[in-house]
Amino acid sequence: MTAALRLIRRRLATSIPVLLIVIVLTFVLLEFSSGDAVDAYLVSIGGGDPAVAANLRHAYGLDQSHLARLWLYLSSLARLDLGWSVAFERPVADLIVERLPNTLLLMGSATALAFGLGTSFGIVAGARPESATDRVISTVSLILYAIPGFWLGLVLNIVFAVKLRWLPSAGLETIASGRTGWARMLDIAMHLALPVGTLAAIYMALFMRVMRASMAEVWRLDFVTFARAKGLSHRRIVLRHVARNALLPLVTMLGLQSAAMLGGSVVIESIFAIPGFGRLAQEAVTQRDTPLLLGIILTSAVLVIVVNLLLDLVYALLDPRLQPSDRSA
Amino acid sequence: MRLVRLIFGTTEGAVGAVLLSLLVFIALFAPVLSPGDPLDIAGPPLLHPFSMARLPLGTDSLGRDVLAGIIHGTRTSLTVGLAAAFAAIAVGVCVGLAAGFSGGLVDEALMRVVDAFQILPGFLLALALVSVAGASLPVVVLAIALGAWAAPARLMRAQVLSIRERDYVAAARVTGMHPLEIAVKEILPNALPPVLTLAAVIVAAAILTESALSFLGLGDPNIVTWGTMIAEGRNVLRSAPFLSVLPGLALVVTVITVYLVGEGVTQALAEGKAGQVDRQGPTA
Repeated sequence: MTAALRLIRRRLATSIPVLLIVIVLTFVLLEFSSGDAVDAYLVSIGGGDPAVAANLRHAYGLDQSHLARLWLYLSSLARLDLGWSVAFERPVADLIVERLPNTLLLMGSATALAFGLGTSFGIVAGARPESATDRVISTVSLILYAIPGFWLGLVLNIVFAVKLRWLPSAGLETIASGRTGWARMLDIAMHLALPVGTLAAIYMALFMRVMRASMAEVWRLDFVTFARAKGLSHRRIVLRHVARNALLPLVTMLGLQSAAMLGGSVVIESIFAIPGFGRLAQEAVTQRDTPLLLGIILTSAVLVIVVNLLLDLVYALLDPRLQPSDRSA
Repeated sequence: MRLVRLIFGTTEGAVGAVLLSLLVFIALFAPVLSPGDPLDIAGPPLLHPFSMARLPLGTDSLGRDVLAGIIHGTRTSLTVGLAAAFAAIAVGVCVGLAAGFSGGLVDEALMRVVDAFQILPGFLLALALVSVAGASLPVVVLAIALGAWAAPARLMRAQVLSIRERDYVAAARVTGMHPLEIAVKEILPNALPPVLTLAAVIVAAAILTESALSFLGLGDPNIVTWGTMIAEGRNVLRSAPFLSVLPGLALVVTVITVYLVGEGVTQALAEGKAGQVDRQGPTA
């Protein structure tokens, strides 16, 4: 247990400078964007004279030097104040807190499905490398890997929502249906089936390929030869010895993938009109709401750090050989 | 030459190389294959495929030739994909070389920056940069490269660290070679091949990212891209699904091609190495 605590402390210590770099980066992007919050405000109230603008800039500290403003930005972040969304006329933090659960639900289900199916197919393919089954699975995974997520979403939408009418085509739940309890959960599940299916299909390909490749590595190791010499059945060798050891790289990859998944949610949420984090990012872009967009980027960086920390703990549990102190960044 | 022969020796490499030559041919000769501006109106709107010989793949809701769009879109996809991957690998190699070769505080600082870029979702970063700097082809290339350079940098650093302690580097040091010369002449060429095998994955990802950006309306508005075509087809999805399906298929074929070529190169490199070991006899 103390090992786990030490691991958390170590991770946090390296995460702080990384987070600072991310903050400075977003600050630079914010500075480079043309027009500031005062311009946006004046446009929204229908214009104003330069004296008003200058007063407002002074009041918000926008007339100070870059360094002073970076300090201001940092100190407001320390108070968990992510700024003011001009487009929604609400604090950025509130918007994010409101939208994040929907995305977490979407990403969580998609990741679980992709990980489960991907590793299973990977094990089937990797059990007998170069067999006919392996070739079919590898070809399908290559095609899935090459399909752009937004396009797969559109095609599945045409087939299942427009032509067959099996599933709803957009939204997170039926609006104003008054459903509660199980009925509401079922409604949400029906709405999420297509977006989750799309995301899972795309990410499944990656897990499948990595699992297969990882199993190919393990097959060559001595202990597998030994297990065979002991006369163990093929099935037992595959599941107990090869697949089990091949699973570790997938946990590492899950962490690296979490950032890409958050990025991928943007297009999928905008296609299926799911009011989540990714769609918020797209709305921020179309309405030129830079503070909102940067708040989203910062939050996702924190999210990825947390996911990686949790996975590190899982990894330490799975592989007792690995002492936390051995894992330098 | 030997490497090219080895690449054609693998199934993946041969299929990929043939498809890639075809795509490069289409991209290079797009103005000859389909003269004129692909954004011009060419016929009646929403013409379905195979209904008019002059416009074999039909027209979109504004009457623009779909085949012309797909031909010129090949050019955009390949250019952006290759340019972004080249930029990402160039930056990654420089940063990785600098970090691995200097070590100490420089290494620590550079790797924290690499960490930061690996933690940030690349697509969100690209969205932010394009929305701040405006949608134009160079900005899109830069935005995609910004989210892709961290992985090659990390791999390059690991390579440099393992090569730095080899005997021939020590020998170069003893002969009084300038450290910069050692880095560029001795370490760089030996550390590069594994990093280059990442190229195919980076190009494929860059092509997909470009299409997603233009699908969201963040591509250069004056250039035809497959992502824009898919997005425009979305408005008439019920009556004319081919407008979104065809450019999507073009994307899938292109990404598979890039991936197959990469697989061929990786296998050829592995075989080339195995061949060398065989000639030298067992090393272990």
